[in-house]
Amino acid sequence: MSTDRSTCPMTLLVQADIDGELDAGRAADLILHRADCPECQAAYADLMMLRDRLRESDLRERAPDSLRRFLAERSAAAVPQAPVPAKVARLSRWRGGASFAAGMALAASLAFAVFRPAAPDPLELVVDAHVRSLQAGHLEDVISTDRHTVKPWFEGKLDFAPPVKDLAVQQFPLTGGRLDVLDGRPVAAMVYRRGTHPINLLVWPAKDTADRDPVTEEKSGFTTVHWVQNGMVLWAVSDVERAQLEEFAHLWKSTP
Amino acid sequence: MTGPALHQSFEAVVLPHLDAGYSLARWLTRGRGDAEDVVQEALVRALTYFPGFRGTNARGWFLQIVRNTAYASMSLNRGFPAPVEPDEETLRDPADDPEASLIRRRGRADLARLIGSLEVELREALILREFEELSYKEIAQVTGAPIGTVMSRLWRARRTLAQAIRREEMDA
Repeated sequence: MSTDRSTCPMTLLVQADIDGELDAGRAADLILHRADCPECQAAYADLMMLRDRLRESDLRERAPDSLRRFLAERSAAAVPQAPVPAKVARLSRWRGGASFAAGMALAASLAFAVFRPAAPDPLELVVDAHVRSLQAGHLEDVISTDRHTVKPWFEGKLDFAPPVKDLAVQQFPLTGGRLDVLDGRPVAAMVYRRGTHPINLLVWPAKDTADRDPVTEEKSGFTTVHWVQNGMVLWAVSDVERAQLEEFAHLWKSTP
Repeated sequence: MTGPALHQSFEAVVLPHLDAGYSLARWLTRGRGDAEDVVQEALVRALTYFPGFRGTNARGWFLQIVRNTAYASMSLNRGFPAPVEPDEETLRDPADDPEASLIRRRGRADLARLIGSLEVELREALILREFEELSYKEIAQVTGAPIGTVMSRLWRARRTLAQAIRREEMDA
């Protein structure tokens, strides 16, 4: 790409590789190809040079505090006009084209939702989040095996500080973290590995701060272990064997 | 859930992505004032759309609103800006050594000018990928372009920038 003759069809894959969009097999094929293709070597060098320049430049700006205040004020001001539970509000999208009968059914479900709010099943939400994270490029937003890198990454992105622990010595290395959203609430997701199996550990503040012992549950071929510790709800989810995930939870819990 | 829970979750959902939204708006508009106006309007729109938000990928959801707001505002008002000139504030450097700071500032100013001179479609793809680290799929969602188009826009943006940098280095 340092010249205009961009003839090798693989150069777009070089870019996709650098962007973390290739699966392991294609990435390996590409390394073999690049060894024999000067054009792809040049493209790789240019892309890496550019990435370094952009990262060094630190040209990304923080939003001014006036916008933070505006967001807080608008959110607060919106409450009296929109005292509608989120679940119900979602249904309201259907209101436009609804027939009278459907309207009655909707009214019934609205009443139900208002008076008996059905909490979404956390087991389902956590397993969904795990499955989502397994799609290529969605597992980690910050890739690091160092908890001193992962922990500060969460700062300013969440309104709580998730505890980050390293269990590499116990064969559960930390590989990174990301933000996830469960039922509209941002949560911290830490990613560990056992062999080639990723383990997601999702964390958010508990409403009731009393510690609770780990409970194991299974759903759709995945195992989860959840507990409450030091005011945080923790959900580990993975496709590793049940005993291994329970060991992970135990180790995490007992590591200071 | 009650009313207050709804508003808390709007702020909780959007706040982590406010910097990303502002940064995107900054690169799509003429300056800080415009960027702030665009994000304010985007926040008002986002609040309106919030009841329909399904709770997945808040960042992509919010950035898409910011992007569309920026486009609407630019096409209504004055058309898209030509090169975005970074102002002094953006380029202020806390480094102690004035000489090193000057060199770095000049490098950053050059880079900002080069990015600003990209066509807007190329610029937004580059910003979303390099500064916000969105996946191709997320960029496609935010910009409403197919993934193949995202890849070729990124490629053109990067090729243009890399060539310009190499050229300036040779001149220097």
